[in-house]
Amino acid sequence: MKYQSLNGEITALENINLHVKKGEFISIVGPSGCGKSTLLSLIAGLILPTSGKILLNGKMVTGTSNEVGYMLQRDHLFDWRNILGNALLGLEIRNSLNEESKQYVVELLKTYGLYEFKDKYPNQLSGGMRQRVALIRTLATKPDILLLDEAFSALDYQTRLAVSEDIYSIIKKEKKTAILVTHDIAESISMADRVVVLSRRPGTIKNIYEIKLSCENRTPLSCRDAPEFRYYFNKIWKELDVHV
Amino acid sequence: MSDTQLQTISKEHAEYLRKVKIRKTMIHITQVLLVVVLFILWEIAGRLKIIDSFITSQPSRIARTLANLYREGQLFRHIFITCAETVTGFILGTLAGTIIAIILWWSDFLARVLEPHLVILNSLPKIALGPIFIVWIGAGPLSIIVMAIAVSVIVTILEVWNGFISVDPDKIKLVKTFGAKKWQILTKVVLPSAFPTIISALKINVGLSWVGVIVGEFLVSKAGLGYLIVYGGQVFQLDLVMTSVIILAVAAALMYQGVVYLEKLIMRSSFHK
Ligand SMILES: Nc1ncnc2c1ncn2[C@@H]1O[C@H](COP(=O)(O)OP(=O)(O)O)[C@@H](O)[C@H]1O
Ligand SMILES: [Mg+2]
Repeated sequence: MKYQSLNGEITALENINLHVKKGEFISIVGPSGCGKSTLLSLIAGLILPTSGKILLNGKMVTGTSNEVGYMLQRDHLFDWRNILGNALLGLEIRNSLNEESKQYVVELLKTYGLYEFKDKYPNQLSGGMRQRVALIRTLATKPDILLLDEAFSALDYQTRLAVSEDIYSIIKKEKKTAILVTHDIAESISMADRVVVLSRRPGTIKNIYEIKLSCENRTPLSCRDAPEFRYYFNKIWKELDVHV
Repeated sequence: MSDTQLQTISKEHAEYLRKVKIRKTMIHITQVLLVVVLFILWEIAGRLKIIDSFITSQPSRIARTLANLYREGQLFRHIFITCAETVTGFILGTLAGTIIAIILWWSDFLARVLEPHLVILNSLPKIALGPIFIVWIGAGPLSIIVMAIAVSVIVTILEVWNGFISVDPDKIKLVKTFGAKKWQILTKVVLPSAFPTIISALKINVGLSWVGVIVGEFLVSKAGLGYLIVYGGQVFQLDLVMTSVIILAVAAALMYQGVVYLEKLIMRSSFHK
């Protein structure tokens, strides 16, 4: 993937070859500016690759589709809409807002403890709850794949642990495929089945780690106690090769 | 926990609230007093012949002029004409400015083409265009309204367009991930986000519309408060000039308050509290 600008050409990504299985949770880590967001934008169809192709369920990506849901770094809930209004945003834009789809969103709000806040406004909710609303807004259009671009990094550390626990269980419960971009190594290991390490720009895949942790009922928090956790952490840390 | 804190106000807090309230009342009283004292001094100075009330007028003469105008049935006619022109110019100027800003947002090419021209037009004193409007449109209320629009429209375009283009790109990215079309980006994100900017443009426009209308009435010189001011000046009737200026001040203040009230109303209906 190359970006054109007056200052020249930037090759953001190069030689990316990645298969993601249905229901899998992938984390992508890499130095900042290596093209992680670009990769997600490509998968979401927001931009098209200058070479190569992306297949979703066997079909080539030529634009945005409702198979993909995207979560950005900040929740970007709209202040001028209440919680229900925010959760329905995607359906409204897709012109698929009807009684049935609305009912689905209401069910999601109920399941994830936000129903009683449906008439409240975003500034009345805590950061963690807002991120949960953002997830429901994404889930409302029933995507198969969720893309999370540093979706927790705007939260403070404690909230972040709680929210990633929360969101992880929702994603697993709804049986979604997920690709999480993060710069937090521990977070990437704690949530993923596989961790993809990208190199400095132009981003290429340096390595892919299959995360196998010996812990039952895996959740992002519980698996941090697994004995293998530190091993993966050190490996990826070395791989990232951070210089200060 | 915070609820109980709210309900049972401590003695210190009650004392604090009382002080704040007293201070607020004092400020209000002083504000009114300032005007009253000024008028009283003006009147006294006139009566003691410290100032020449033929050229400075004085409150009692203003009151008399006001009563005369009212008896002749002229008072509300002139006030109404000026206010109607101002409101029309204000609404049309804001509307036109916002619509043009939307067009500029829609076509970045057009925006880049027109930007330098708009900036130049913005620095041009629009009042200089007055005689042109009168020749083209005729010496009547229409020219005056066009004057009011001319004064406010360019600022509105620039302000609102700036509001549009400074909307958080990530918010736009978010709706794009849902496959939003351009008009959806406009209606779902850009317009609501820029709403506060539009409101503040509205506030500026009230003042500008008055300037446009009064200057227009100076030039057209047929009716309205601006006409009364010019006429009074020409026949050396300063009582009439001062009276008109004071009415103008009151009308402008009321209209500004109206916009502030409207802002609160809209804010309350689209945002909670
Ligand atoms: N629209 C764009 N035009 C030009 N360059 C871009 C654009 N978007 C991103 N880039 C560049 O591409 C590189 C990768 O960006 P990004 O994918 O945002 O990185 P990351 O998310 O890993 O921090 C960066 O060097 C950035 O400056
Ligand atoms: Mg990024």
